[in-house]
Amino acid sequence: MSDPSGAKQRGLALELRQSGKAWLFVTPVLVALAVVIGYPVVQAIIMSFQKDSGIDPATGMFVEGGGAGLSNYTHWLLQQCNTLGGVVACPTGTLGSQFWSAVGVTLFFTVVTVSLEAVLGLGMAVVMGKTFRGRALLRAAVLIPWAIPTAVTARLWEFMFQYDGVVNRVLGTHILWTSDVWASRFAVIAADVWKTTPFMALLILAGLQVIPADVYEAAKVDGASAWQRFVHITLPLLKPALLVAVLFRTMDALRMYDLPAIMTLGNPSTNTLSILVVEQVRQGPNSAAALSTITFLLVFAIAFVLVKVLGANAVRTQEEQRKAN
Amino acid sequence: MALKFVPRATMAAASIALLTASFASACSSDNGGNALDQNLTGRGPITYVEGKDTTETGVVKQLIDRWNAAHPNEQVTFKEQSADANQQHDDLAEHFRAKQDGYDVVALDVPWTAEFAAKGWIQPLKDTFAIDTAPLLAPTVASATYNGTLYAAPRNTNGGLLYYRKDLVPNAPRTWTEMLGQCQVARDNNIGCYAGQLAPYEGLTVNTSEVINAFGGSFVGADGKTPTVNSPESKAGLKVLVDAYKSGDIPKEAITFKEGESASAFESGKLLFLRNWPYLYAQANADTSAVKDKFGVAPLPGNTGVGASTLGGYNAAISAFSKNKATAADFVRYLISEEAQQIIASGALPSVRASLYDDPALIAKMPYLPALKESIASAVPRPVTPFYPAVSKAIQDNAYAALNGTKSVDDAVAGMQKGIETAGS
Repeated sequence: MSDPSGAKQRGLALELRQSGKAWLFVTPVLVALAVVIGYPVVQAIIMSFQKDSGIDPATGMFVEGGGAGLSNYTHWLLQQCNTLGGVVACPTGTLGSQFWSAVGVTLFFTVVTVSLEAVLGLGMAVVMGKTFRGRALLRAAVLIPWAIPTAVTARLWEFMFQYDGVVNRVLGTHILWTSDVWASRFAVIAADVWKTTPFMALLILAGLQVIPADVYEAAKVDGASAWQRFVHITLPLLKPALLVAVLFRTMDALRMYDLPAIMTLGNPSTNTLSILVVEQVRQGPNSAAALSTITFLLVFAIAFVLVKVLGANAVRTQEEQRKAN
Repeated sequence: MALKFVPRATMAAASIALLTASFASACSSDNGGNALDQNLTGRGPITYVEGKDTTETGVVKQLIDRWNAAHPNEQVTFKEQSADANQQHDDLAEHFRAKQDGYDVVALDVPWTAEFAAKGWIQPLKDTFAIDTAPLLAPTVASATYNGTLYAAPRNTNGGLLYYRKDLVPNAPRTWTEMLGQCQVARDNNIGCYAGQLAPYEGLTVNTSEVINAFGGSFVGADGKTPTVNSPESKAGLKVLVDAYKSGDIPKEAITFKEGESASAFESGKLLFLRNWPYLYAQANADTSAVKDKFGVAPLPGNTGVGASTLGGYNAAISAFSKNKATAADFVRYLISEEAQQIIASGALPSVRASLYDDPALIAKMPYLPALKESIASAVPRPVTPFYPAVSKAIQDNAYAALNGTKSVDDAVAGMQKGIETAGS
């Protein structure tokens, strides 16, 4: 007695009603996102095509710069600076000359810190996942570096890395940790890894805990060694959680500002893109907007690659996850 | 439902990138227009804005209390900003860009004056707003002058001093050659010879300018734009600093020193000579200091005689957007008056009035005043340019490269020249 067309209609009506409701619930969020994210991004893009105000030589007063075309972008990407005599390659001591080195430093920090944090975080998560006396205490202790505000962390490490600080004393060295090119990069990486590995460990721990125990038991029965169980069971089943953790940390590391800004202030060898943006805002906001937009595109491209190629997906619905599993 | 057709991965990537890449977007600035011609005769309550008052005597509160007692209808309210110079600058800039009338009289760090003047944010002190600059130290007036017009009243100044260990060297050196000639004393005592503030920040700009100015070099011409730094004099000046660093007369770690680190090195007895500001005098004479009663102060060393200090301090300016500019002008005049400057000097802030440096009561309290007067009398303001942040960056980055050996002195000075040429473009 079933009436297929009627069922279909009822189904369609239900779907429409549901999607209508969904839009009702989603709209406030979309509006909020448009205001707090969409507007600044669009505004920054508009600004990036305008010249920064310059001095009118006759009056000595600032006048509006007018349209800039792509000159704010070529300023950064091609490192071209304007002078009275025309366009020249940006000399040392200008922010324009530091663009590619800042890109390099940012990517270097990202790759090194995220790799170290993933490996160390995995180790910490495996230990925290075991059952033993004092586990709760360990988990709380591991969280402490993550709980300390970054600015405070940066100051702590800055004190330790001072010339007459504890690091040089313990090691018996005379290294300028905040000034030498590679020493200062190492210092920033050490502080970042110390601070954010717990975050990584927690995300991975959450992933570990959803792996059912019977899979391990079955493997044990079949005679798999601990290493084989880790490589063939833990790692593949952990992959989604691990990739999400890596994605989060990568995005985070690409906009790193506070640690190098506080620890190694002004040292060009640890200048990241975000530091460059903040310095440029004081010299000319429109050019800074172009730099922000470039940074945005870079972050976007890297996020895209991670999502598309590696399949990291932080916004997958539960339904999809169930299907995938 | 157009969203459906966007690949899901793209959406995910976009939303993540959007969430993570939120950067400050400053609103576009336009010029004050005719704000400079409005409210010229307005009177009433005003607001005075300054960074955190760190003086022990509470100078700003004293200044305002005294004013308020005499002006019941034109009360001044103190808006205290944070202690961080960059935040002070950005807070003022935001208010002025938005043309808000909430800030009437503002204290500007010396190097910002030209920028605020060129943006049309502060009132030129001419015609009805003219102030009497005759009793003021000439370099402080120059630091508040842009394009031949005075834009602010110097409120308090600051100059560098040479701190030296009088228990080890009997007389203060007058020149760099004399000073570095005494470094053997430092080596005999196993301490560093000389240090200043050589970390890559504003302090390095100050220290570099001082040595370049001392040898007769300059940075920009009178127009505040034309670079003049590429000269044999500038090279000679920077070379002295770089050679002293390479020879170890300036200890290796001094390249990480800001004011605080350099002060604690001197206070713990690890330095023979130190360039620092007057604030250190009281601190180094405290009981916790290892050099209590063992040091003296002198003007900075120069090439053939006393050197040239860079000027610090604050200038008081009237906002172009103030509703009560007549009251604001009176308050600015009050700030440079003898009675207000007495309060300022008693708070250990160097006064802008020459006469106060000879006041025996003040000298008894602050024995460094005669040396400071000499230092400020020969002082050269930092380059007066509306593009100060870029100019300062060009100076410090190149000086830093010369110090750590990645650039020769000649290249560094040439780089400063090129960097200043591109400033403001």
